[in-house]
Amino acid sequence: MITALRVEDLALQRGERVLFRRLSLRIAAGEAVALTGSNGAGKTSLLRAVAGFIRPVVGRIAFEGAAGDLPGEDARRAGCHLVGHQDGLKPGRKARDELLFQARWHGGTAAGALAAAERLGLTRLLGLEVRVLSAGQRRRLALARLIASPRPLWLLDEPLAPLDAAGRILLGAVMAEHLAGGGLILAAVHDPLPLDARQVGIAG
Amino acid sequence: MSVLAVLVRRELSLAWTRGGGALLAVGFFVAAAVMLPLALGPAPERLAAVSGGVTWVVLSLASLLSLDRMFERDFDDGALDLLALGPLPLEIVAAVKCLAQWTVSGAPLAIAAPVVAVGLGGPVALAPMILVVAGLGGLSFAFLGGTGAALALASHRGGLLIALVVLPLLTPPVIFGGAAIANFGSGLPWSAALCLLAAYAFACVALTPFSMAGACRNAQS
Repeated sequence: MITALRVEDLALQRGERVLFRRLSLRIAAGEAVALTGSNGAGKTSLLRAVAGFIRPVVGRIAFEGAAGDLPGEDARRAGCHLVGHQDGLKPGRKARDELLFQARWHGGTAAGALAAAERLGLTRLLGLEVRVLSAGQRRRLALARLIASPRPLWLLDEPLAPLDAAGRILLGAVMAEHLAGGGLILAAVHDPLPLDARQVGIAG
Repeated sequence: MSVLAVLVRRELSLAWTRGGGALLAVGFFVAAAVMLPLALGPAPERLAAVSGGVTWVVLSLASLLSLDRMFERDFDDGALDLLALGPLPLEIVAAVKCLAQWTVSGAPLAIAAPVVAVGLGGPVALAPMILVVAGLGGLSFAFLGGTGAALALASHRGGLLIALVVLPLLTPPVIFGGAAIANFGSGLPWSAALCLLAAYAFACVALTPFSMAGACRNAQS
């Protein structure tokens, strides 16, 4: 169980370009951080580095548990959700199949997945193929796995972008619940998050 | 239901819908084999002499079809990130993908192979050996093909690139399988060739998941 995320003196590089240097950041349980910065500043790269896909050039990323730092690999596999620009949904498969797979793969149950769909107003859509869903509906479907399979650390990349007003309020409520339960949220945003979050700016 | 079972179900379903699944590979296999008498002429004894070997080569080419989307779809739509953050290591995910590919494409090809060989005029007695060789060889084709598909991830539409990367690696199983079929047909000892084919196939199963997972991580970074 992750109780805090620590980013120490981090520098990330894509190709020959250094995105940012000396970024330090600590997120404790119950805290949300909104990453801001211009396009290309490295918000997505930071999220992917925390998720373990990009190796930092300098610095380190540590996951704190109840008894000291957790091994990064285990912490990520058991405690981390990443919802990015691409939602990981197969266009040709039924929304229900995709949701059930994503939920179970991350350690949830079928009942939990259906409850999450209910919560996000997806129940009516579950019988449809993903290809016919709108961008906002697909994003809701991807976000459903956050509720369906509880994991402490949420890494969200522009979670609000395709959502309508009601969807944003709903996501705000879901995020607030997650924080109240001891969760951590690191979100890259351009629009303000619909809840109290510490702003951290990334500058190239 | 265990996580592994959930993954296997998903991969089987995806493999079945990928590029036409079993029908495409088997269809190509049969169509290519039918071309052969048209090119070689209708002399039955000439066709019968080459039926075993030709079936085997055409089968190895047919199993290259639909490989290019094995990892690419998951890479393009972000599902590969999701798979990497799951409870099972990417090595297992890659192995499950290849086994699904074999189940959906390799196994139907192996079942079609004796039919094609006999259709070309090959002896019926050869059929069981062709079935075994095609099944075992297909296993190595699926895992080597998966390696090529993972390596070609960053280059979009890398279908031909995959074929070029994979074909040289297919030569040992083609040689061992061809020898097993030929020796079995002419009454010579065939078990050594079959054992080598099996050893190569199982080595592929054991080793290639590591290179596939490494190639996926490289593409993701």
